[in-house]
Amino acid sequence: MDNRESVSGSVSLMKSLIEEGTDTIFGYPGGQIMPVFDALYDYRQKLKHILVRHEQGAVHAAQGYSRASGKVGVVIVTSGPGATNTVTGIADAMIDSTPLVVISGQVVSPLLGTDAFQEVDIVGISQPVTKWSYQVRRADEIAWAVAQAFYIASSGRPGPVLLDFTKDAQVSMINHYYEKCTSIRSYVSMPKIDRANVRKAAELINSAKKPLALVGQGVEIGKAEQELISFIEKAQIPAAWTLLGASVMPFDHPLNKGMLGMHGNLAPNQKTNECDLLIAIGMRFDDRVIGDVNTYAKQAKIIHFDIDPAEIGKNVDVDIPVLGDVKKTLPAVTALLKQADHDDWIESFDIINGEEYDRVIANEIYCDREYISMGEVIRRISEKTGNEAITVTDVGQNQMMAARYSKHKNPRSFISSGGLGTMGFGLPAAIGAKIAVPDRTVCLFCGDGGIQMCIQELGTIMQSNVKVKIIILNNRYLGMVRQWQEIFFNKRYSETPMLNPDFVKIAEAYRIKGRKVSKRDDLDDAIREMLEHNGAYLLEVDVEKKGMVLPMIPPGMNVSSVILEK
Amino acid sequence: MDINTQTLYTVTVYSENHVGLLTQISNIFTRRFINIESLTVSASAMKGVHKFTITCYSDDKAIEKLVKQVEKKIDVLTAYYYVEDEIISREIALFKVTTETLMANNTIESLVNRYNAKIIEVNNLYTVIEKTGGKTEIRELFDELEHYGILQFVRSGSVSITRSKYEQLSDVTMC
Ligand SMILES: Cc1ncc(C[n+]2csc(CCOP(=O)(O)OP(=O)(O)O)c2C)c(N)n1
Ligand SMILES: [Mg+2]
Repeated sequence: MDNRESVSGSVSLMKSLIEEGTDTIFGYPGGQIMPVFDALYDYRQKLKHILVRHEQGAVHAAQGYSRASGKVGVVIVTSGPGATNTVTGIADAMIDSTPLVVISGQVVSPLLGTDAFQEVDIVGISQPVTKWSYQVRRADEIAWAVAQAFYIASSGRPGPVLLDFTKDAQVSMINHYYEKCTSIRSYVSMPKIDRANVRKAAELINSAKKPLALVGQGVEIGKAEQELISFIEKAQIPAAWTLLGASVMPFDHPLNKGMLGMHGNLAPNQKTNECDLLIAIGMRFDDRVIGDVNTYAKQAKIIHFDIDPAEIGKNVDVDIPVLGDVKKTLPAVTALLKQADHDDWIESFDIINGEEYDRVIANEIYCDREYISMGEVIRRISEKTGNEAITVTDVGQNQMMAARYSKHKNPRSFISSGGLGTMGFGLPAAIGAKIAVPDRTVCLFCGDGGIQMCIQELGTIMQSNVKVKIIILNNRYLGMVRQWQEIFFNKRYSETPMLNPDFVKIAEAYRIKGRKVSKRDDLDDAIREMLEHNGAYLLEVDVEKKGMVLPMIPPGMNVSSVILEK
Repeated sequence: MDINTQTLYTVTVYSENHVGLLTQISNIFTRRFINIESLTVSASAMKGVHKFTITCYSDDKAIEKLVKQVEKKIDVLTAYYYVEDEIISREIALFKVTTETLMANNTIESLVNRYNAKIIEVNNLYTVIEKTGGKTEIRELFDELEHYGILQFVRSGSVSITRSKYEQLSDVTMC
């Protein structure tokens, strides 16, 4: 057959990755993947490898890379512990629909099932948290498996795929021939658009008096930001976003009414229970968004745009499902919409959000308390970057504050671990994001707890010269857990106070410039220095110890139970 | 969960014949705390397509969501669920009783006849009875024979066929 050539399995893997447009790999070598790393040595011009410090870091970095660029993130690790170290990141990518191809080494096939050195059943372990998991035991399967992997990871609702390569598959010689995968008979990546439902959805919207759109990451994944704007503008639909949908709409769009959920804005949460029509777009009604399912939007009809049929009716009953790619379904519905104005309804959001501003926001972002607040740090940095930076967060109070108070002009500007809430995600994800889009400023907000969960990746920053800005919001507590203890556990601060190292010194040891700020008056200067510095920078800010992320709707509760003041 | 408020469903899954799919499918049940009552895997009428027949107690909402999750697995072609009267199901059961009790009176033999069962092996020690039928029938025969003492009992998972003409795989997924 045409253009076949005899190569090793490892070279076949390199060629296959290049065929799929891969140019960056996050990884860590080891015994059972050495032939692949040996082949990589010859391909290092085309396939840039970022050596991380822990395999969890490799996966989170690949996630950050994918979320910032829209491309598939690629990871290569060894068998056994190398493979098991990827599981947290894979689970995170699964629940947040991030396309990854994770490649692990495996013992030679005759030793499978013998408890050989560094043998672990990673296909079995990863199956519940991957879209597809497959063991490649023969070199002649490699091109096929890689083609399948990329197709599955990136099509439909994206997600992580794991390919486990036995060592003999890596070394045996085969005739390499690559063909991209374009369909799999047992897998429907794109549900057929149901015209009747498109029409019904448009009719419902046209007759609605008080419609509200809930926007999720699906819009960003589907690259349908413009289509969304045309949709909400034509029928004048106020819109609110989930955590992962934070940068789908420009922050200053007049129909952008803020964030949903437990720590979201007051207006969209309250209006969910007042609207006559709820239009969910690429979001999945997470329990952190809906609170009490029994009293959630009971008065409203619900339209749900999604690509994944299993999401329809999963958490809330839906009146009209609109299955398909939002890039196509949104314009299809928009075409049938009548121009509308809902001025009074839209204005009613601003009145409630104004109340939240006065009672909660102003005190947080223009703080006059003795100690610096998280919100003011985030507000200042967002302003100083012209609201154009990529905001990456870790998990906890820092995350919720960053979601609430960083602002975004452009899509793909907010990267956070949503569904899994993985502490340690932030630092490696920021590295991956910066590598994906080197021209953009990348600011990581993280806690004193979370930074220490993947702090070893400072080594990756040093070795690969990754110019990320790291802001540690140090409250000397596992703050979010402390907040719950304060509210729900009678202020019994069990195992949440933290004795921390000198973070600036740690940065210095990795040759990363750093500065610590404790006084409000020094903050602007430190931020200026950080942003002007041509390189990675670690800014540690001593923030108030017992700050609170408010508003807060207690878990499983209705918005009427919202806590606004401490 | 209270079994009495629940319905017995039969889930049929058509899939590629790939290793490891059984665990993936059973995990979907386990994660939602739905107990699998019976399970059989076999070839279907279509070449290369495998068929799982799984029965479980659940309710209409939970079963619908579960089947969607099963369908989401890459190697699953399609999955359906049925309530009892939408399908024809059979199980096979084997009973072992002592030959002594069989000989002692006529009841066992008349039971075997009445239930359309078969005696498939007799020796000095024991007799083996085979019964093919629906779930309830098998249960009834079990209850009757229990009066005489059952040494061993085993029943298969159910195999089911729909009341439609062909295998219910849509043409779309097969092209
Ligand atoms: C891996 C992991 N372990 C535990 C948790 C539970 N958890 C959620 S928030 C939080 C506290 C985070 O503390 P810190 O990083 O200092 O951030 P802060 O809330 O203080 O901003 C913890 C322990 C988690 N989300 N992830
Ligand atoms: Mg903290």
